[in-house]
Amino acid sequence: MSILIDADTTFIVQGITGREAVNLTRECLDYGAGAKVVGGVTPGRLGRDVHGVPVFDTVAQAVEHHGSPIYGSVVTVPPAFTKDAVFEAIENGVQLIVIVTERIPRRDVAEMVELANLRGARIIGPNCLGIIVPDVIKMGGIGGPAKNASQAYTPGPIGVISRSGGMTTEMSSTLSAAGLGQSTAVSIGGDAIIGQTYAELMPLFEADEQTQGIVIYTEPGGRMEAELASWVTENNSRLPIVAFMAGRFMDEMPGMSFGHAGTIVEGKEDTAGEKIARLAQAGITVAERIEDIPQMIGEKIAQGSAR
Amino acid sequence: MRLFEYEAREVVKRAGIPVTDYGFTTDPAEAAQIAQRIGGPTVIKSQVLSGGRMKAGGVKFADTPEQAEAYAKDILALEIGGHTPRGVLVDPKAEVEQEYYAGVVWDGTRKQPVMIFSPVGGIDIEQVAEEQPEKVGRRHFSNILPLSDFQAKEVIASTGVTGSALNRLVPIVTRLAKLFVDNDMVLAEINPLGRLADGSFVALDAHMDMENEARGRHRKLLADLGVGEEETRQAREATPFELAGEEVDATDHRGVAGNVTEFDGNLGLVIGAGGGSLTLFDAVRAHGGDPANYCEIGGNPSVAKACGLAKLVLGKPGVDKIAVMMSIVSNTRVDIVARGVIKACVELGYDPAEKIAIFRIPGAWEEEGFKILEKYGVDYADRSVSLNEAARRAVEKIQGAPA
Repeated sequence: MSILIDADTTFIVQGITGREAVNLTRECLDYGAGAKVVGGVTPGRLGRDVHGVPVFDTVAQAVEHHGSPIYGSVVTVPPAFTKDAVFEAIENGVQLIVIVTERIPRRDVAEMVELANLRGARIIGPNCLGIIVPDVIKMGGIGGPAKNASQAYTPGPIGVISRSGGMTTEMSSTLSAAGLGQSTAVSIGGDAIIGQTYAELMPLFEADEQTQGIVIYTEPGGRMEAELASWVTENNSRLPIVAFMAGRFMDEMPGMSFGHAGTIVEGKEDTAGEKIARLAQAGITVAERIEDIPQMIGEKIAQGSAR
Repeated sequence: MRLFEYEAREVVKRAGIPVTDYGFTTDPAEAAQIAQRIGGPTVIKSQVLSGGRMKAGGVKFADTPEQAEAYAKDILALEIGGHTPRGVLVDPKAEVEQEYYAGVVWDGTRKQPVMIFSPVGGIDIEQVAEEQPEKVGRRHFSNILPLSDFQAKEVIASTGVTGSALNRLVPIVTRLAKLFVDNDMVLAEINPLGRLADGSFVALDAHMDMENEARGRHRKLLADLGVGEEETRQAREATPFELAGEEVDATDHRGVAGNVTEFDGNLGLVIGAGGGSLTLFDAVRAHGGDPANYCEIGGNPSVAKACGLAKLVLGKPGVDKIAVMMSIVSNTRVDIVARGVIKACVELGYDPAEKIAIFRIPGAWEEEGFKILEKYGVDYADRSVSLNEAARRAVEKIQGAPA
């Protein structure tokens, strides 16, 4: 199986007439079994279509046209309008929202996440590339055009969670080349506040029979790794985890941000060194090089114990 | 973006929190006038963003306007942590009975702001939390439900503060929480918050850090404070090389070729994207390489942009070769980056095969890209060569190169 989405998942694209969104829609329609993109929303563009997907002014119109609840939405509207678009999706019953947009102030993100929590919805991102279930469905730009996505992602036992969109593909490609496919790969976004952290996705992978191991990509900044370390310890997780930590050089440069908005070393807990130590304490193997990951996770799975 | 103390105090004042009758100036003579107006002992405080100004001699106590002028002159000329002060703050020396702490920060795990309060102020809150944890109160508050006084009351009362102090503190902490939210701060701190002999409270120092992504919606406030649009207020000022990088990125709206940070090595890096750049920079250093810069390309930049960035890096004094490397791309086109970096070499009169230590960008349009690279004899690698291995090869080449 997979987590979050499967072949039957229906979703809309908010901001569908933007250049990036048009490409993303094409990619999702082409990939795997072909995603069920049941509508797009751009205010003022009712009646158009994008690669055969009907365009509406409102999410409510899209839901009415579909005739039953729509499960997901990919949001690709400019930062100033993202909060409203996400509120609109949530209030129209959408359960899973992938926010692609970058540079959204964290107050807006926090408001969106809190409303989603109140309504039982889930947000992935912002500043992410979305979710892919190899050979089945992708929701978002992850992996790029169908041809490129098929080259990097293959079905298999590994769950991938990454703060970097590009590195989700790089790591999955490395796993695929070693014969280790992925159950689901999730680009969770590189911002300081995001909808779903490693620890929040773990229960889903834990419950997924196909998943036998987890590979994560992480960076300095924030407390997400500490949260993951406590989660696996407290819940005695069955899943072995291998982590790759980029940006080790940032430890020497406090107060400077590189890569993503969420990467900044402000306190002791933010440093790569501190995070590696915490992960190791929880029995999570930290790889020095990406090419070492397949063997590490393969061995842990073969040993049959998470830690 | 950090605010200077004099700016942070203005934000505090506008939020309705009492502040002292201070003045800001860049002129020693005016410092004397402010001291005259205040009419009593004053504190002259250097306005720098780096910490440790007290230790560095950036804070002095003056009894007379003449003294205030002399100290202001000294402090204005005093560099602290490599920074020249923006000016000085002339502050009445308050008779404080007790110093408190009030702050608001984000909790990224709970995804809510958290109020922090302590009756022990004037020192780092981290130190108080470690030594007297029972004296530090914390309380999260909702992003969407109304902010109300009782939340501040709870956090203050949790530290043992009661009586009239509690009732006078509640509106201050509530207003601080409100200003944190309204102004898109990532840190809003009043430390110390002083209780005067008459029982009233006054903010004696404030730290504010506004989120960069939100600057656009606070243009009026920033203009009022005199914060220039070009001011980044990073841990260090941008170098001319870094500013030139921003110019390259601004040439058109297609993709990103920027976020340039200067280092002093000999291996120029044209790398991407966000996570890939972090990974590659680590890998170059792990193999003993000496990067000349950090940067990020991504989002499918134009040939002109990739060329501009490569030219900038190639033109940096001390750069012998460049390494062009990215994690597997799906949006950015391999052939466009290849064309851009080759164009940069050719236009500068270099042989691309000589100057480009390695080109490792697999992904979209790679066949077309690799064809172009082959034509120019550039050493390239596909996805079967890891980021780490590509970095190793680049370092090996440059270390074998004649100085």
